[in-house]
Amino acid sequence: MKRNLAIVPAHNEVAAIASTIASIRRSAPDFDVLVVDDGSTDATAERAFAAGAAVLRLPFNLGIGGAMQSGYMYAMENKYDLAVQVDGDGQHDPSYIPDLVSRLHGGRALNMVTGSRFLDPHGEGYRSSAARRVGIRVFSFVVSRITGQRVTDPTSGFRMTDQRAIELFARDYPCDYPEVEAILLMHAHRLRSGEISVQMRPRVSGKSAISSTQSGYYMVKVLLAVFVGLFRTRPAQRADDVTPDVRTRVT
Amino acid sequence: MTVAVTLLASALSQRIEVIAVAVGICGLIFELVRRKHLMERYAILWLLAGITVLVLALWKGLLTRLSHAVGIDYPPSALFAVAFLFVIVLLVHFSISVSRLSDQNKILAQRLALLQERLEHGQDGASDPAVPEATRIEEELPAG
Repeated sequence: MKRNLAIVPAHNEVAAIASTIASIRRSAPDFDVLVVDDGSTDATAERAFAAGAAVLRLPFNLGIGGAMQSGYMYAMENKYDLAVQVDGDGQHDPSYIPDLVSRLHGGRALNMVTGSRFLDPHGEGYRSSAARRVGIRVFSFVVSRITGQRVTDPTSGFRMTDQRAIELFARDYPCDYPEVEAILLMHAHRLRSGEISVQMRPRVSGKSAISSTQSGYYMVKVLLAVFVGLFRTRPAQRADDVTPDVRTRVT
Repeated sequence: MTVAVTLLASALSQRIEVIAVAVGICGLIFELVRRKHLMERYAILWLLAGITVLVLALWKGLLTRLSHAVGIDYPPSALFAVAFLFVIVLLVHFSISVSRLSDQNKILAQRLALLQERLEHGQDGASDPAVPEATRIEEELPAG
């Protein structure tokens, strides 16, 4: 059995799921593929299973946070060393997976590596609305201040996690819009995260979980969660864990 | 409740109506619990509200005395304030309950999906039936 797992959250992605799985297979042959079918009403689960992936079928839609946490629970139960999130809609290009692996292990070892759309100042960036980029800029500023390191794309879900982070996320993962909070959760537990530069592709199918009308709610919800999170006592995850500091240091 | 309030300070026949309403509330709550449409822990709050109305209706001078004691000249105002506070507390309590239920619901869905996968296609090699500690439902929120 392989030691690496690609977790593919999918909600009604019947058109894109098979090609997403195939391209993970091509780019990262040493990864098992787990599709978390987040209460799809179409044939996403069947298509994924036919394409050779393991499939977790959630009985109803939990949202990206609940779906990803199921994937981390699966990774922990089956003792995988690495897990990478690759969205089912084809936005995340699996050809970056080897880069994520080498960054995770390379030099100063990290517990989580995120594929950032904004790290490369000369890159074409991500073709999204100006409002969304402003939102990402705000989160980027807040998260960078709290963690004391530069975080350019805190909303990117294209992430690789090691065993420590898998265990953490299997036990505690934010609910609704998890990406920003997950970085701070890592920080609170003294786990290290970093970024590499990636380009993202336009989604093949489906639509963003965050429509323009919801983006205001998204901003408020995440900022509230970030603020409350600063005052949250985190339980130690392991016997040898340094008990996470209640006061997350603001630099 | 509003009806009860306006009637409280008035004549005997009207007090009898208020008593009937209060008894009716308590009876309704009792019947809902008996049919298992309402859990005891939520029934207690409503029964307390019904009993409060009943006591105020039976004991004529109590509301006036209580409201004057806390410096409110118009007794029905005191009653409104208390009733409003009660409703607010109840709503917060329900929000907490809904949050806890959503969370427990999420965990159940996740456990179900993991078990189903293992049952249908799982390789038994790495099977480890231990449920991760933090997914035990009672740990997800502090008690209360």
